[in-house]
Amino acid sequence: MHMADPLLSPAVGCTMWAASAGTIAYCSAKVRREPDERKVPLMGVLGAFLFAAQMINFSIPATGSSGHLGGGLLLAVLLGPTAAYLTIASVLVVQALFFADGGLLALGCNMFNMGFIPAFIVYPLIYKKIAGNNPTRMRLTLAIMVSAIVGLQLGPFGVVLETLFSGISALPFSTFALLMQPIHLAIGVVEGLVTVAVVSFVQKARPEIIRGARAARPIGNRPVRSVVLAFLVVALFTGGFVSLFASKNPDGLEWAIARATGKEELPAPADGIHTALAAVQEKLAFMPDYTFRKSADAEDVKKRLGGEKDAGLGTSVAGIIGGMMALAIAFLSGLILKKRPGRTD
Amino acid sequence: MGTIEGTFLDFKDLDRLATGDTAIHGLDPRAKVLVTVVFIVSVVSFGRYELTALLPFFIFPAVIMALGNLPVFYIVKKVAVVIPFALVVGMLNPIFDRQVYVHVGTLDIPGGWISFVSIVVRAVLTAGAALILVGVTGFPAICMALEKMGMPQAFAIQLLFLYRYIFVLTEEGSRVSRARELRSFGNRGKGMQSYGSLLGHLLLRTWQRAERIHMAMLARGFTGAFHARHLYRFGRREVVFLLGWSTLFIFMRLHNASQLLGSLATGILR
Repeated sequence: MHMADPLLSPAVGCTMWAASAGTIAYCSAKVRREPDERKVPLMGVLGAFLFAAQMINFSIPATGSSGHLGGGLLLAVLLGPTAAYLTIASVLVVQALFFADGGLLALGCNMFNMGFIPAFIVYPLIYKKIAGNNPTRMRLTLAIMVSAIVGLQLGPFGVVLETLFSGISALPFSTFALLMQPIHLAIGVVEGLVTVAVVSFVQKARPEIIRGARAARPIGNRPVRSVVLAFLVVALFTGGFVSLFASKNPDGLEWAIARATGKEELPAPADGIHTALAAVQEKLAFMPDYTFRKSADAEDVKKRLGGEKDAGLGTSVAGIIGGMMALAIAFLSGLILKKRPGRTD
Repeated sequence: MGTIEGTFLDFKDLDRLATGDTAIHGLDPRAKVLVTVVFIVSVVSFGRYELTALLPFFIFPAVIMALGNLPVFYIVKKVAVVIPFALVVGMLNPIFDRQVYVHVGTLDIPGGWISFVSIVVRAVLTAGAALILVGVTGFPAICMALEKMGMPQAFAIQLLFLYRYIFVLTEEGSRVSRARELRSFGNRGKGMQSYGSLLGHLLLRTWQRAERIHMAMLARGFTGAFHARHLYRFGRREVVFLLGWSTLFIFMRLHNASQLLGSLATGILR
């Protein structure tokens, strides 16, 4: 359920980045003030544990497929929300860099979907409420199961919304949601079962770990609520800020350029290449649509194609030829710059 | 079994690439991180029907891979692993979006296909950029760069810790997994119950390891910061690198370089 860069628009990506980075700053400040110093290495090593755990699969009975632990909820149960969020966020950074799993721009979205939701929404509002302060085994099991299922419904729903707002995929909202939610219901059940198995094992072997996790942080609802509120405020603010420019201008980047150079468009002399350039620019003004205005876009295109059919054909052929040339240039420059294997320096 | 250790070895290989000492490796990591960010934002900010304008962006991965002496096939293979996700999501675009977008001769190309290919190209570019960044910079250096650019120190320490112990714990994980493999017959013994206690044991061992590490750190005078060997400086080379690439990306974002090249070529040919 890692959100990927190609489906993301910069507006959505930057908004989620700002909000997630804010949460990291908040959590880092919290963890620094933590009296229990052991938490620092513990968080790091548990993050690495998640990698090790995700390498080991188990077979799911009666399906023939296999699954593995996701781990967000497990970390929240063991470490409490702030430390769990930092740990999950760090795991996501490594995944994005080393496995290109989820992109760099999508990190903010992924931190929200897989870190913020389990740590700051599901943990305090569901797990804590059901498990209470001194849960029996039944209660603990129930709390974990419900939390896992809810967490894995909210997370994918986040993916659906972020994709929808980005408007790169043409998938209608309802279809995408209908694809994502049922699959993740099954995944949520499996995740719940695995988390229950691990937590109850730990509770049997070293009950003080689970007890310590609960007792060490008297987490009333107040700090968590303030985190959620702050997240919302930051997201709304950046979202509003970004979309303000996105709606008024083709996009934020072009707006920034226009501001930086002090003019809307560079004046173009009227010879061949520059006219072609102007046509290109007209094409570029075609904004990344943040809403699903597909038919309107298509109308627009049709109109343009109808008006100047030949010009349209010309530009598209030039575009295709130029694209091939650009690829060839990239390939060749790579080949030329490449060091010969025999050469040493 | 082979696959577990395979993925992991892969991971180590990428890490090892960062030890190279080409001119690109020697640049201040901040410059490389910033250029990668500008690259990704430029690529992603195109509208969903843009395809030809994306192709010139391949110049960046090609040049950096060549200058940084990265093994091309290795990176291509790693990128290929993550493409299926983009394929799956993009695949539905041609189904839902059948409006004709481009006429080439008598051929009508629906917008869905254009946006599908565009998504795949974006996926290749963005995933490639991330892998190349790690390959020419290395994870610890990226962390330092991010910390210098304002990332909270606690998070930087968390990232470095995680990075150091991934190698240790994944080795342990694959040992555990191999032991189970040898003792299980087909899928017997690989069910949920043994999996739960297997992971539980791994977790407990991890926990104890963390406690030992903490004591060892205290004994060596850990004060809350890691110290790095390399001291980078953001000098003139970095400024040139950053400004040069950023200008190119922004130019290619604002002007369709393919179109430009194409009209130049067809103009000459005519």
